[in-house]
Amino acid sequence: MRLLELDGVSKSYGALKVTNDVSFALDKGEALGIIGPNGAGKTTLFNLVTGNVRPDAGTVAFNGRDVTGLSAAQRCHLGIGRSYQVPHPFGGMTVFENVLVGATFGAGHSERAGTPVAFEALRRTGLLAKANRLAGALPLLDRKRLELARALATEPDLLLLDEIAGGLTEHEVATLIEVIQEIRAEGTSIIWIEHIVHALLAVVDRLLVISFGSKLMEGEPAQVMASPEVQEIYLGIAVE
Amino acid sequence: MTISAPTVERSTRASLAGSVVGLAVLAAIIAAPWWAERASQRLLIEFLYTLALAQMWNLLAGYGGLLSVGQQGFVGLGGYCLVVLGLQMGLNPFLIVPLAGVVTAIVAVPTGALLFRLRGAYFAVSTWVVAEVLRLLVANTASVGGGSGTSITQTVRGIPAWWRESTTLWIALALGAGATLAVYFLLRSRHGLALTAVRDSEAAAESLGVSVDRVKWYVYLASAAGCGMAGALIFITKLRIAPEAAFSLDWTATMFFIVIIGGIGTIEGPIVGALIYFVLRELLSDYGSGYMIVLGGVAVVFMLWIPRGVWGLISSRLDLHFFPVQRRVRNLDDKEMRS
Repeated sequence: MRLLELDGVSKSYGALKVTNDVSFALDKGEALGIIGPNGAGKTTLFNLVTGNVRPDAGTVAFNGRDVTGLSAAQRCHLGIGRSYQVPHPFGGMTVFENVLVGATFGAGHSERAGTPVAFEALRRTGLLAKANRLAGALPLLDRKRLELARALATEPDLLLLDEIAGGLTEHEVATLIEVIQEIRAEGTSIIWIEHIVHALLAVVDRLLVISFGSKLMEGEPAQVMASPEVQEIYLGIAVE
Repeated sequence: MTISAPTVERSTRASLAGSVVGLAVLAAIIAAPWWAERASQRLLIEFLYTLALAQMWNLLAGYGGLLSVGQQGFVGLGGYCLVVLGLQMGLNPFLIVPLAGVVTAIVAVPTGALLFRLRGAYFAVSTWVVAEVLRLLVANTASVGGGSGTSITQTVRGIPAWWRESTTLWIALALGAGATLAVYFLLRSRHGLALTAVRDSEAAAESLGVSVDRVKWYVYLASAAGCGMAGALIFITKLRIAPEAAFSLDWTATMFFIVIIGGIGTIEGPIVGALIYFVLRELLSDYGSGYMIVLGGVAVVFMLWIPRGVWGLISSRLDLHFFPVQRRVRNLDDKEMRS
């Protein structure tokens, strides 16, 4: 059963084609990894899926419905949750309140019904003890956790993770992988952009490679990673 | 170790003390016609409607992120409701105050539709243009007195002086305290979560299901209504209205000044800012235009070095919240939260 389908999606900023005729699909319960060099247009692709950016051409369908014309908030209500690569905490609100926004406005609960949902999201991401901290005072790792906690609180069918493991220690990455595997086991579909390839491979069923705004390759992770084109790209990144 | 379910609570010790003091102040102001002199009552009225204006601008700019420099358009329109509804249609002037709120909110629908097509600086400049257009429309309408304005003394004729002054004070209190409490209860509600989220990050709010555009619309309409009601009350106290005064940029400049020095994006900020503004004004009233230069200088200093205002400084140092909008989680089985 199809959950998400992008068909011929393109987006340009002036003369720069950031997304060039990209098509891919995701089934319910599937986990897809997206890799590609910096500046390849991975985050823009996310923004096109979530509705933060509208495409110049092509369509985005979610759960069999064309959502190309819907706002990000509307798509969130339908079940698309996301984390931002650069965390955007609500700095003047507590960690708990940050997550409560997702549980009330995203998942559509009343404040009372959303409270246990928020607590559960905080528990899973290890933030419960910091529930009363102001989000603006959190260190980077906790900001990343907060991004995940808020997205989880919207009770998404599809979770988009944008470099959520970037900047974490090996141990932290291992914990994060467990959390994401758990979320997936409950039936949430996942699309994950990540440079830390081993983390990605521990979770995803399929890899999509983006380069210069276009889809370079798509397929079974081991095969994709072994292909000469991807080797070239990733050697390039390793040298940087 | 026993684990009890976490619960959420709202009040703080300062807020309990604050509500006791707040009720006492409210009671004292309600009783002011029996104990205060006329001059102090007038100052009180001015303070209260200025506070209402500042709260409205804070809601608009501090929470909604809508930097308007055109709120004088709604103040002026509210004032001119006295001319049309009072002078020409014979309604009681005090009844016109809430009606002015309705009228300005209705006018704000088409102006908002125009302004929300624009962002940032373009939005700000256009709010001013809209206010100027309203001023020119009024100044060129002979039936409301045209450019030279008109006296509206006729609207309050027949109301005994004591009642007129007392009712004006009570309505001013309803606007000043009402605006403050309205913002407070709004922030405590579910909608307050959305409003604060929009204040802190529009992108993240939208991604978490908050319709940012809708939040901005509500804030814009509410703020227009608040400024309209204050405008009607202001010209009940002045009894003469002219386009230059009613649609003066000074109204917005005052709101701006108060909110910036008090602390933008907080409820306490406009109260603190309004107090500072009135103290400065009384202290410097003998210096003529020098007073404006000092006010401008103070505003610049705050914008450069104390962008969170006086209340921002106080609350971050002392963790003081007289208006408890924050949700604090209790019964977490961890020591860390007891900070």
